[in-house]
Amino acid sequence: MAGSIKTKPTPPRWLLAELTYSCPLQCPYCSNPIDYTHYQAELSTEDWLRVLTQARKMGAVQLGFSGGEPLTRKDLPELVKHARDLGYYSNLITSGYGLTEEKIITLKEAGLDHIQVSIQASSQELNDHIAGTASFTHKQEVAHLVKKHGYPMVLCVVLHRENIHQMPEILAMAEELGADYLELANTQYYGWAHINRDLLLPTQEQFEKAEAIAQAFKEKVAGKMKIYYVVPDFYEDRPKACMNGWGTTFLTIAPDGVALPCHSARELPALECPNVKDYSIEEIWNESKAFSYFRGIEWMKEPCSSCDEKEKDFGGCHCQAYLLTGDMHNADPVCSKSPHHKVILDAIDSAAKSALSANEKPLTFRNSKNSKLLS
Amino acid sequence: MTINPDLPIHFSRTHRLQWEEAQQKNVILYPEGMVELNQSSAEILKLCDGTRTLAQIVSTLETTFNTSGLTNDITAFLEVAIQNGWINQN
Repeated sequence: MAGSIKTKPTPPRWLLAELTYSCPLQCPYCSNPIDYTHYQAELSTEDWLRVLTQARKMGAVQLGFSGGEPLTRKDLPELVKHARDLGYYSNLITSGYGLTEEKIITLKEAGLDHIQVSIQASSQELNDHIAGTASFTHKQEVAHLVKKHGYPMVLCVVLHRENIHQMPEILAMAEELGADYLELANTQYYGWAHINRDLLLPTQEQFEKAEAIAQAFKEKVAGKMKIYYVVPDFYEDRPKACMNGWGTTFLTIAPDGVALPCHSARELPALECPNVKDYSIEEIWNESKAFSYFRGIEWMKEPCSSCDEKEKDFGGCHCQAYLLTGDMHNADPVCSKSPHHKVILDAIDSAAKSALSANEKPLTFRNSKNSKLLS
Repeated sequence: MTINPDLPIHFSRTHRLQWEEAQQKNVILYPEGMVELNQSSAEILKLCDGTRTLAQIVSTLETTFNTSGLTNDITAFLEVAIQNGWINQN
């Protein structure tokens, strides 16, 4: 395979198994690629079992079963059982759609450690609108059942302009459902969220108000509920340390077997991401061009290469650099040192204007029809 | 949150304590996260099995490692552990 390695990289710790791109929901900020309908082929059960074995042998220990909606894979209990036998800590990242008490019990017996349920808003009307599916009542039932069967429960709410004003109600809902962890994930603007950004990006004022409410709540529930707060990087001065450093910690396997250093990396040009059907996880992690491409600091150009924070944020997010500046080698434009930082300020300005506009265009929902239209 | 000296301490049912061969260390696993433990922390947590109180954990470790005066260090660590939800007493 291409690429040269000077020192052996640190082994993967986190394996994200995107089992499928199928999903009954249509969230307009979905992180799946816009052209997901181009990748219909899915790995077989045998392929996934092999991937789990190989990644575990290298040192991966946290495992996320994700998608799409991972419950649409019939072999999920078999994969969960194999993961448990190997010693993974397995996380099911689900919309809750299609999750019955029987399945919750089957998965528990197979060795599933944790279920993360996403809820789109604190009210039925808004949840069902954002999800594009009537799902609110069922999600609440699922959350109760997850707790009933002794799983730790993470409630995940993606935040954006349509629901950020519900912060007090969202927090009350998490408390009422008995969540052990609440993930408040400000939308990251890739994939579907990128094309819907004018309609989803909150104003700085909205964001700061919501953050203050969440912060006060965090102190109130300390010791009972943990809050994971994913910051909206458009309002930061420095970029996030994307993926904890490229090819250092995270390994994503897409439904068709393509191995990605980050779940958005499929959008980057010329990376030639390898497929697990052609190479072992060890070859992919240690030897592929894609995984070594942004490892370390050799790839950097200015302003990153002379920056004293380059070992802290690694230049930020390459997918964001590519989407917003056209070149994945540029510094993440979120950084105020970036010569392209104005694109972030323009995006904030454009979203604010859109919010005030009398005839705001509608959200583009994530579904097969829109995927085919847009790709 | 502090340790009640009268109650036994048990490891959290929603966390997992496990030896990691690749890292050559014990870790605590929980939803989407992991804490790497040094050897002494791991030895303390392994004794949090719901049968021992703080004083019993201290005396067990002092016997095992043939030493004394561990009370303060072990108490301090267990207070961090209970605040993080790794252990509990009910």
